[in-house]
Amino acid sequence: MKFEIKKSAMVAAALACTAALPSAAHAEDQVRIVGSSTVYPFSTVVAERFGRTSGFKTPIVESTGTGGGFKLFCAGVGSDTVDVINASRAIKSSEVEMCAGNGVQNIIEVKIGYDGIVLANSNAARDFSVSTKDIFLALAKEIPAADGSLVENTNVTWSDVNASLPNTKIEVLGPPPTSGTRDAFLELAMEAGCKQFDSIKALKSSDKNAYKAVCHTMREDGAFIDAGENDNLIVQKLDANENALGIFGFSFLDQNSDKVKAAKINDVDVSFEAIADGSYPISRPLYFYVKGEHLTSVKSLKPFVEEFISNAASGEEGYLSDRGLIPMGEEERAEFLSKITSQLNK
Amino acid sequence: MTDTNKTSLTRESLPGLNRRYRAERRFHLVGKMAVAFSLAFLTFLIGSIVYQGIGAFFQTEVRLEVPQEMIAEHGDDGFTLLRQSMLHNLPDAKGRSARREAYKMAGEGSDIELLSAIADQQTQAAVVTVWIPVSDDIDMAYKSDFAPDMLGSFSDRQKGWLDTWVADDRLRMSFNTGFLVNGDSRDPERAGIGGALMGSIFTLVVCLVLSFVIGILAAIYLEEFAPKNKLTAFLEVNINNLATVPSIIFGLLGLAVFLNTFGLPRSSALVGGMVLSLMTLPTIIIASRVALQSVPPSIREAALGLGATHIQAVFHHVLPLALPGMLTGTILGMARALGETAPLLMIGMVAFIADPPSSFMDPTSALPVQVYLWADSPERAFAEKTSGAIIVLLLFLFVMNLTAIILRKKLEKKW
Repeated sequence: MKFEIKKSAMVAAALACTAALPSAAHAEDQVRIVGSSTVYPFSTVVAERFGRTSGFKTPIVESTGTGGGFKLFCAGVGSDTVDVINASRAIKSSEVEMCAGNGVQNIIEVKIGYDGIVLANSNAARDFSVSTKDIFLALAKEIPAADGSLVENTNVTWSDVNASLPNTKIEVLGPPPTSGTRDAFLELAMEAGCKQFDSIKALKSSDKNAYKAVCHTMREDGAFIDAGENDNLIVQKLDANENALGIFGFSFLDQNSDKVKAAKINDVDVSFEAIADGSYPISRPLYFYVKGEHLTSVKSLKPFVEEFISNAASGEEGYLSDRGLIPMGEEERAEFLSKITSQLNK
Repeated sequence: MTDTNKTSLTRESLPGLNRRYRAERRFHLVGKMAVAFSLAFLTFLIGSIVYQGIGAFFQTEVRLEVPQEMIAEHGDDGFTLLRQSMLHNLPDAKGRSARREAYKMAGEGSDIELLSAIADQQTQAAVVTVWIPVSDDIDMAYKSDFAPDMLGSFSDRQKGWLDTWVADDRLRMSFNTGFLVNGDSRDPERAGIGGALMGSIFTLVVCLVLSFVIGILAAIYLEEFAPKNKLTAFLEVNINNLATVPSIIFGLLGLAVFLNTFGLPRSSALVGGMVLSLMTLPTIIIASRVALQSVPPSIREAALGLGATHIQAVFHHVLPLALPGMLTGTILGMARALGETAPLLMIGMVAFIADPPSSFMDPTSALPVQVYLWADSPERAFAEKTSGAIIVLLLFLFVMNLTAIILRKKLEKKW
């Protein structure tokens, strides 16, 4: 008897729960952000400050990757779609079309600064200085032979690649193919090294797919090690193994400068200045895109964007620079600010 | 035992007896080794997590003297008051960069603690003494007893200040209640698992209510009332198969059905609980059916024989006896649900959500999600927080299992 009463109470509770569903309103005033895992650390810091100081709810930030983020962003307009997408590259025209197809016409691009990718090794190991050509020859699956034909990469040590480099085994830890960091590394380091060979450069105009396959394929024989999305793990492994090098974002180098140091790329040392002025070769701009249609319906969206682009956040000495974001140069920033404020107030 | 065996007369009469005894001893030894091995692994795992994570429950604090006139001037602006107090206590911080370094010694957001500490004291003394949290870097250094590899991020000036703080006995460790209460934060000294803990509790409540009620009713019907035909056999096979489906599939289902079709709020504990209950349902149904089967048929038959209807026999006699087994199955299912992140990924619960949830509809994360997110953070102090969150997760599991054992012991009937 006793049991029956308890059970019916539970059923009642369950029914009450399901009955409450349709009437519950969506959190209309809370900004939802998806997208790149590279922008995520910056976006979350701004979101947190915004939540603490503005009186609005703290925006929700999901790290879905840039491509996955655009799928969510372009799903349509309305309270159950996201408001902002973080992107570690500019929006593609195919994505603009996808968005337009679902009614998302007014996409506002906001550039927040730059990110550098470093090739780092343990502080205990000796300094490293490589060119993008060396990187390509060390890490690509196929490399051109003396006669221009493509052969399997058999370089074992760095000195096989370039006689001036140390005679240690090539061992590079890097992010997995799903990562935006990997994409940027392939594009900015591997491809830059790759197209220095005339035979491959010729391939670009004749067969674009073959060119991409050569330049964008990492070797799979153990010289390049896919270390997963966890950059902390790469730093730990570099600390334990002096011969290994790792590929990760500049913000991780900044946080772990007592353990690891960056290699010079094309004789340029990585630094805030070198990334901001573009002289460091492996750097890329970071963006977020705002759904213009939501600017009026989601009350906290505009204040959030304004917080993000404020001098206190993404300016020269803003708090995002403490987290490893490389701010835009003064002129570029002034130009950008005037453009964005007119777009926001349209 | 071996002594009596040696002198036993059967030794000669039964051929191969020695060999069989040896085989038995060997088996015992291997069994003990297996147990010892798994115990050693477990001890190592838990030991290393506790060793790394125990620090997360403590926060280093520094003693600051704040003059009364400074409070009178900046009392309503905690941010400026904190900066002024830091300069007052580090008088040799002159010049812009020195001042910046001085500000960085205090923990991010410590202005809140500073204001509340001053308010608590209610003193009119000329100088108020308060303890406030230090920055995560100093916290890590202090906890490691100033190991050299923890000092890399400090400037020489900051190292000097740290030395004087230690010499003046200005640093202490105190219990970090914020870690248990606060929501997520990107500053390790402010980050807490409060939000994730609430999220996990909300999610599990939804999951428990749905899967327990549906699971047990389904099990009773299938076991006691359903006709045995091809359809029920087909259902049974499908339920068994569902129990082995990888959890991410349920996440995809949740995305397609609960979010896209029903339009339920993304990232909410409600949807999380519904997805997890899909996952735990088969487990609960199977365990409940086994529990019902294990009730001796004589009890059912006696009830029917005394004139009870079928439903009375089941609910008055069989179900109470089967309940302990059902509860064990439910708790096992819940424990699995508590540790799941994969299905939550698809419905948007793997996200930076700073505000702790206050209802089933609010966006929230969950404990394992918090572990995953912190493990990926660049700040080194988050390594400690990660292990701290794992400790809380394990304690949660431990409490759940303990409840199950106590309930089972209380309800268990022997015959």
